[in-house]
Amino acid sequence: MMDAVPDTRKRSRAQKFLLALPYTWLLAFFLVPFLIVLKISFSQGAIALPPYTPLLHLGAGWRGIEEFLAGLSLDNYRRLGTDPLYVLSYVKSLEIAAFSTLLLLAVGYPIAYGIARTPRRLQAVLVVLVVLPFWTSFLIRIYAWMNILQHDGLLNRVLLAVHIVREPPVWLATDTAIYIGIVYSYLPFMVLPLYAVLEKLDQSLIEAAADLGCPRWKTFWLVTLPLSSPGVLAGVLLCFIPIVGEFVIPDLLGGSRAPMIGQTIWMEFFGNKDWPAAAAVAVVLVCLLVTPIVVFQHQAMRAAGRS
Amino acid sequence: MRAAVVGVRMHTVGSIHGAAPLGENGARPLLRIDGLTKRFGGFAAVDHLSLDIHAGEFFALLGPSGCGKTTLLRLIAGFERPNAGRILLGGVDLAPVPPYRRPLNMMFQNYALFPHLTVADNVAFGLKQEGLAKADIAGRVSDMLALVKLEDFGARKPHELSGGQRQRVALARALVKRPRLLLLDEPLAALDKKLRDATRFELMELQRQLGMTFIIVTHDQSEAMIVADRIGVMDGGRLTQVGSPADIYERPASRWVADFIGDVNLFEGRVGDDRRSVEGTAAGRLVVAAPIDAAPRTPVWVAVRPERVWLTRDQPPAPENCLSGTIVEIGYLGDLSIYRIRIADGSRVTAAIANSGRAGERPPQQDEQVWLSFSAEAPVVLTR
Repeated sequence: MMDAVPDTRKRSRAQKFLLALPYTWLLAFFLVPFLIVLKISFSQGAIALPPYTPLLHLGAGWRGIEEFLAGLSLDNYRRLGTDPLYVLSYVKSLEIAAFSTLLLLAVGYPIAYGIARTPRRLQAVLVVLVVLPFWTSFLIRIYAWMNILQHDGLLNRVLLAVHIVREPPVWLATDTAIYIGIVYSYLPFMVLPLYAVLEKLDQSLIEAAADLGCPRWKTFWLVTLPLSSPGVLAGVLLCFIPIVGEFVIPDLLGGSRAPMIGQTIWMEFFGNKDWPAAAAVAVVLVCLLVTPIVVFQHQAMRAAGRS
Repeated sequence: MRAAVVGVRMHTVGSIHGAAPLGENGARPLLRIDGLTKRFGGFAAVDHLSLDIHAGEFFALLGPSGCGKTTLLRLIAGFERPNAGRILLGGVDLAPVPPYRRPLNMMFQNYALFPHLTVADNVAFGLKQEGLAKADIAGRVSDMLALVKLEDFGARKPHELSGGQRQRVALARALVKRPRLLLLDEPLAALDKKLRDATRFELMELQRQLGMTFIIVTHDQSEAMIVADRIGVMDGGRLTQVGSPADIYERPASRWVADFIGDVNLFEGRVGDDRRSVEGTAAGRLVVAAPIDAAPRTPVWVAVRPERVWLTRDQPPAPENCLSGTIVEIGYLGDLSIYRIRIADGSRVTAAIANSGRAGERPPQQDEQVWLSFSAEAPVVLTR
């Protein structure tokens, strides 16, 4: 009997190799660099190369390791708690990421829904149009926005021309500019996962809801939205996480009063040459982001296990 | 010696219900469809179709795929808007009524159960839209689940059910609102044969019990004949014939209907001068009992059902309606066998012979020379 049924738990060598690939990748390009950053975050700044101490001298044997361990400290993390700059930076980043993710959802959902409802021939064209901005360099598109949003830029000239405003408003170096830049740049990451789910949504479910006495708007809340929740979750994670650490958009379009966390890391690293402080900020950021992902993932797995 | 009759007339598919259409004594029909047309581009899926359906009827729309029967159902449900014509339900024009306000429910071919809701929530969905009290909803849902024998499955999700159970949830969800009219789009198509046969009778039982009006769409003629009081045969967006199952089988209105509902042998000829015979067919002159409703010399077709054909080894004594041929194929179906016989002009005639074993002799074999005959009552003369 046992021989007749092949044991599916025993994997072939090729399967093992394929499974090992993503783990190797994560090990080499996430875990090892992360451990290095983690180590630096426990170090002290120094005018040296590399600009921190202690360094691990394996040549000195056991004493070298002892000295190395004695040199590590939690000072950088204490500073994160005491200096309001860091806390404000985190709060600002999470705030901007949360609001712009909501904005992206509000803008992206109707777009994805609209694409999924158009005739199939046109859908491919519309999806290409959504992705088309990627053909141009991200940096160039942000510079273009600087141009549009500046004092005598395109936006203000249009607003003045149609008499919506008398005095040209200030756009650049405001949070509004950051939101504009983020929503513009991240829209495809919200639209595509939503479209993928909505496109597969069975139309007869919508008709069944109508047949059972449910008006259209209510059908959206009771049927369409719950069934598209995997796409919403994917889009939210794809946008929220990178936005928290966003550097280029707030640096080019935003003001300097309350920097986002990406700018703070950059300042510590390149401005103050304080690698250990920058590393500590980065480690806390990773912890802040990993927690919600793990929770979401866990819930998604449980939902998937049920269906 | 009288020729041994190998076959006996016995296999007639018929309705179990009474055949008479209901409400013919001037009562207003529950549903009146009047000159309804639906075009997709240049193609008329439903073409000037008119039909009355009475309260309490079990009506089957029968036709091949693409005949427009599902479109007609979707027009009634309100998912498609007609280009012309009217649909009246209880005398009220449905044109301005959106689907979610129509007092009718539909059971979808793929069941369209909400995958994110439990069985009980699926059934409760329609009642919640009516704004009923929670306790009322719970009571009606559990009653309905008991009716379809799913009382222990309320907490399950649709994907945790078998195909037959899902079908019953869909039925319960469509019935729980007590609609005046229930539309069923190929409700049994996704079930395997045994379950389908059992479910047909459950459907009829339910319809009788609840006293509701059912319109079922199907491409399966035996399904339509078993469940329905009346059948509307559809082709090319039009109703070619409406009548009881027996009417349609015994007195088809056209060659197309005769051929679509079961098997039929057709002999082309011209009406004889006595208007009780058809001359010049492949089987020679054929005699019919009832006078033909067409002028002499009109081209017509004589339709004879295979089970009305007798098969004998010796020439029958009566000279009319008999011809000889050679057996070219025998299909053994258990309860009966289908014989394909090549006649003089090379065409094939089909005879369905019951395997009753009563004759106690060897059944006809392949390549055997046999005689075919049928009574003057057996054929139907078709003018189109």
